[in-house]
This record gives sequence, structure tokens and C-alpha cells, in this order.
Amino acid sequence: MTTNQGESATREAAAALTGVETTARSIHEAAHEPATGITGAQSLVRSLEAIGVDVVFGIPGGAILPLYDPLFDSKVRHVLVRHEQGAGHAATGYAQATGRVGVCMATSGPGATNLVTPLADAYMDSVPIVAITGQVPSGAIGTDAFQEADIRGITMPITKHNFLVTDAADIPQRIAEAFHLASTGRPGPVLVDVPKDVLQATTDFSWPPRIDLPGYRPTTRPHGKQVREAAAMIAGASRPVLYVGGGVLKAGATSELAALAELTGAPVVTTLMARGAFPDSDPQHLGMPGMHGTVAAVTALQKSDVLVALGARFDDRVTGQLSSFAPDALVVHADIDPAEIGKNRKADVPIVGDAKETIAQLVTALQAEHAAGRTPDLAAWWTQLDGWRDRYPLGYDEPEDGALSPQYVIERLGAIAGPDAVYTSGVGQHQMWAAQFIKYEKPGTWLNSGGLGTMGYAVPAAMGAKQGLPDATVWAIDGDGCFQMTNQELATCAIEGIPIKVAVINNGNLGMVRQWQTLFYEGRYSSTKLHAQNADGTPKPVRIPDFVALAEALGCVGLRCESKDDVDAVIEKAMAITDAPVVIDFVVGSDAQVWPMVAAGASNDDILAARDVRPVFGEGQV
Amino acid sequence: MPRHTLSVLVENKSGVLARVSALFSRRAFNIESLAVGPTENPGLSRMTIVVEAEASPLEQITKQLNKLIEVIKIVELETGAAVQRELLLVKVRAPLAERTQVLQTAELFRARVIDVNPETVTLEATGTPDKLQALLAVLAPMGIKEMAQSGTVALGRGPRSMSGTGTLRPVERTA
Repeated sequence: MTTNQGESATREAAAALTGVETTARSIHEAAHEPATGITGAQSLVRSLEAIGVDVVFGIPGGAILPLYDPLFDSKVRHVLVRHEQGAGHAATGYAQATGRVGVCMATSGPGATNLVTPLADAYMDSVPIVAITGQVPSGAIGTDAFQEADIRGITMPITKHNFLVTDAADIPQRIAEAFHLASTGRPGPVLVDVPKDVLQATTDFSWPPRIDLPGYRPTTRPHGKQVREAAAMIAGASRPVLYVGGGVLKAGATSELAALAELTGAPVVTTLMARGAFPDSDPQHLGMPGMHGTVAAVTALQKSDVLVALGARFDDRVTGQLSSFAPDALVVHADIDPAEIGKNRKADVPIVGDAKETIAQLVTALQAEHAAGRTPDLAAWWTQLDGWRDRYPLGYDEPEDGALSPQYVIERLGAIAGPDAVYTSGVGQHQMWAAQFIKYEKPGTWLNSGGLGTMGYAVPAAMGAKQGLPDATVWAIDGDGCFQMTNQELATCAIEGIPIKVAVINNGNLGMVRQWQTLFYEGRYSSTKLHAQNADGTPKPVRIPDFVALAEALGCVGLRCESKDDVDAVIEKAMAITDAPVVIDFVVGSDAQVWPMVAAGASNDDILAARDVRPVFGEGQV
Repeated sequence: MPRHTLSVLVENKSGVLARVSALFSRRAFNIESLAVGPTENPGLSRMTIVVEAEASPLEQITKQLNKLIEVIKIVELETGAAVQRELLLVKVRAPLAERTQVLQTAELFRARVIDVNPETVTLEATGTPDKLQALLAVLAPMGIKEMAQSGTVALGRGPRSMSGTGTLRPVERTA
């Protein structure tokens, strides 16, 4: 890499002389130049540079050590995390916030197996990341060598694809294929496993390599006839709903969606993975559907006659009991993955294609329908929808014991940080409240673990998002259970200069599990109390851990808030700190619950707006 | 449950068999037979998979198979529109006194003798699974010492091919 560095420096010097600003582009141009007699490791780093990778999250170790030597001189920034799981989620957060491929790195054996959870997470949420793992030398594979794990075999069912590189000459091609697979079609994680001797071997480098994937031909262009059929179905609907999933965000199709919504006048619901795809402030937006969705969104789907699913996959958390989901609806299902269509719900009009192109064509086809005089009247539908929305708005009661309300904290955080901030969350009650009570207006501002439900996602994902969008305010909204799984990455943030903000919604419990124990297990709180307790189960007046002290120990600013009156001030104080990570310990009540709720396996018809409050839908009107 | 024969063209690379079989085992599908071998194209292998499944789960698994990067094409071979064969090697007890009976049975089923010794005869037979079942049923009373049977291999009838021009219709486009 010294040669390459020299060339880069020369280019920079030349650029400075001619007054041309040096950009990342010139670095990548240098990386494109062919080289002979370099190591596999150098070839790999050059490949990453040529692709335009700006940051990699990882931890070195024995098998991947050769790669870290050329990386030392590279313009690719390496963020040294504290646990490989943090590297994986950081890559995911980076990808979700920026739309670019996130990259993480680990050594063989335990380093690689620590990536398993983030890979499974990225697979379930279709996030484009590339994981590069060191492997024991080729000759030692299969011998139970030190730090050997068959990571290719282990990750087969949780990656879009994975490679074991057996020849250093293949490195540029495999890396290019990995990025191509991760970022095209239905995005997903790709793992490239490279044995140590392959990294050390002498090889040549040239760019771009040939991509040879004869079995990979994603269908991005929708079938025109299907699109016209869908448009006719939508134009003929009297109770249509646009059911928007994460695919719309992945495809960058939010402006197309806005046009479609305006043209149809139909209500829009955005799933947990699609929050931000359509502005919450838009009156056509009914909010989130699903187990903890709004009554209006859940009921709109149930009562619809035409359901237009865009990049959504009829997940069980959205449909509830499948057999009674949207019983009267004809379904238009548009997705880039043909395996999603008809998987859970039969599609009356299936459309395989990229959401951006599909929605754009739907808009054109619908304009033709309207021009031909087929414009539906949705006034009666909106009367019903508005009725449900007015009668059963999202809300919460202040805790009776005077404790701080977690929903209030999250609501204020959203109001103060605003729609330009990026919010990540862990998994549980705080995640649902963050999905409900923060108003999302823009794509890429809500990052969470939807499919896998990975506790501990928030802090490392926020780190990745902040690294990708250094000018954005990034808030990790975390529970105290989640926070104790991955807070070690705050040390990374403090040392690497990645000033994220963390709001720990600290109720001293595994809140969502506790809620289920309250509702379905007669309040028998088996192993959900995280706080220190006396023999009779009452809390001890001691903080274990003391999150403020923990934050300070990890190089962050630690703040605490225990009363409603202090919430705004502490958030504003955290907003004013821009040179260090900040953690606020919001000590909240432990009995707050997430509502509305459709119990697991129950029909969406049986949604409860609040505990023991069953909405009245006026069946006769539909 | 109905029986289905899938003919799957895959890239000839390590790990493909593991990916394919994992898709079936994850859904608790039992693969009845699986045969993998080379094709006229050295870069491609053909897997012939026989599986008992209802239509709807089979459609989902076919779509998932199509998503595997190394899978080029999948065709379901309908029984009437395809030729299907299995290979059977069977070692039968055949002392001199009973040998004629064994050899007559072999002849009836057009099986060939490929090894012989004073105690046993080893037969080679090819045919449809039904024919081989029938042969085994006749041989069983004579005493089957050991047997090895291949999975089904199959090709569509007629001039069309999966990989050439005038190709058979794939089950589903890849994504």
C-alpha cells in the first residue's frame, strides 16, 4: 500500500497546486489502478477502496491480522468496536441511515460467531451489509484448529449469500460480488470468509473485476399488465388502504409514494419498518398497523376492500391471526422478492419489481384510469376512518403513583430533537412507544430491529448511523434491559469521536415481558426484575448499575432525570453537548403498558385500544 | 401427499448441496431422493429432487430455491411428461441349488449379473422406482444380503431442454 499511498499523496499535492479540491473520488481513482505482486490483504483493502467504502467497523484477531496491516495505511476508516456484535449492528445502522452498504470485520472463530446475531438481524430486515471474516489457514480448515468455526456453514440460513475465498486472485471479484448482492434486488447481508494464507498470498489486483453470478437476476421492472390491473382494482375500490413496508424505504420510493397517496386519496399505514416513509403529519396517514398499531390503522386494514401492499411482507405482527386478516380485501402485492408474494396471504394482483419503479408506474396507470373517468369516491370511507381515529387516538395515562411516564419522555424527546434527528431503538416497550409517539416525517430517521427483534440494537446502530451522517443528531432510545447488552460501544463512541445521544428508558424491568406477565400470567413476574430487590420483591434503594456513573466510566456525559418537570431541560442539555456521547438515565415507572394491543395469535378484530377497552366499529356501516 | 420431481440446474460449486438440502430440512420436508451429477455444461450440475409435499408449501420452497444465488433454473417434471430412472445394485443369496431361480428373475426384469461367487449374485437393474420395487419384492424371499439404490434421475420428454434453446418453462423467475 505504500506505493498507493505515494500515488494518493502525489495526486493530493497536484490537486492542491491546481486549486482543485481533493475529494474521496481521487482516492478511489488511485485504488482502481492495477497492481502486481501485492498480498491478498492489500488486494482486499484496494477492493474496498475501489468500491468507495469509507468506514469499516471491526476487531482484529489472529486470522484476520494480515488484513489489518494494509488497512493501517488506507483511507478507509476502521472503527475499533468493543464487541463484534457492535460492529455488525453499527454496519446495519450505517446502511439504514445512509442507504449505502455497511461493512463489518471480524476474525475467525469467536469473532465471526459474534457476528451471527447482527447478520440474522440484517437478513430479517433486508439490510445491505457486507461482513468480512478471517478464517484459519486453508490447510487447517476442518481440523478444529484454534479459533476455527465454519462460519460459512453457520451463516448460510441467515445471509443472502456467503463466500469462502480459496484463491487470492479471486478477492476483487468476490468483494465486488458481495457488494453487488448485498445492495441489489432484495438487499441483505453477505459474508466473505477469507483464510489467513489467502490474505498472505502474493497476487495481482485489477479493477473492476468481472461479476459472474448467472443464477442472480433480480426482477426490478414490474410487469406492465399487472400494474394496469392493479390500477384498475385501486380505481374501483371503495375502501382502499396503502399498506407500506420497509421495501419502500429500501427502494428510496418515498416521493413516488407521496404521489400515489395524493392521487388515490387513500389512507396510508406504515409498518414498523416503514416509519418515516410517509410523513406522520399528513392527514392521510393513519399510523402504524399491527400488534401495537393504532386502532385506525389496524381497523382500516381489517375493513378494507382493496389492500395495496408495497414492499411489505404480511408479517405475523401485522396480520395477527392470518385467517381473519382483512377478510374482504382484494390484495395487490408489490414486492421485489417473488417468494414474498403469496407466502402468507394470497395476492389477487402480484407485482414483482422494485418499489420505486412499481409505484411510479402505478401512478401513471392510475392517472389513465382517472382520465377515463374512473375516480372513486372515498368520502364515506374517510368518514369511518376519521371516526375511528378521533375516537381511539394514541394516548397514555400518567402513572397513578406519580412516577415519570415513559411515553411522555419519548414524546418530548421527539418534539425537542425534531424530525431531522435520527432515532434508533432497542426492542420492547420503549421501541413501540418510540414508534408511536415520535412523529417521523422523513425516510431514514427511524432505525430499529423489526424482524429479529434484537435487544441491544440501539446503541451500536446509533454509532453506525452517526458515523454515516456526522451532521445529524442521533438518539438511541433504549430500555435498561437492552442497554445492558451493548453499552460497551459507548467507549468506542467516546474514543472514536462519535457523539451519539442515548435515552435510557429505565423502568428497572424487562418491560414488555413484564407487561405480558401482567396480562397473561397473573402478574407472576418471573425473572423480569432487573433492579436489586429485597426478599419480598420490593426494590432496594440502590442503583445497579448506576447508569450515570456507567456513562461517565465509558467516557460519556451522564445525566439523570426522575421527574416530569425536568424532562425538557435535561433533553435540551443533552442536545447542547455535541463533542461527546451523552447518556440520560430516565428513571420511569415500571407499570406503564403499550396500548393498543392485539394479543399474540388473536384476530385484529379483537384489538384493545387500552386495557379492557374494546373499540366499537359500527359494523353495520361497512 | 403428492409426489413431485424437481430438476434443478445449479452452479458446480462447493456448498450448493448444503444450501439446497438446508432449505428442505428447515421446513421439515423429507427429501425422498436426491441425485446430483454433471451436465453437458461443465460449469453446471443437475440435482434431481423427489419430494412429497402439498402444492402450496412446495411453491414456497421452489421460490426459496430460486433465490439461492447458485441455482440457475428449476423445472418440475410431471410424471407423464418425463422419463425417470433409478439404478439398483442388489446382492442376493444364491447357493447353487437356488441360483437358477435368481437368474431367471434377473432376466425377467432385464437385470444384469455384475458379480458372482459361490454364495451370492450381485445384480444391476435400472428402471422406474415401481419396477425396482417389484424386482425387490420378488428377490426378497431368496434373501437380499445388501443393496444400494440411486436417487431418481429424470429428463423431460421431447426435444426441449432446460439449458438449451426451446427451454422448458421454469417454475418461477429468480429474484
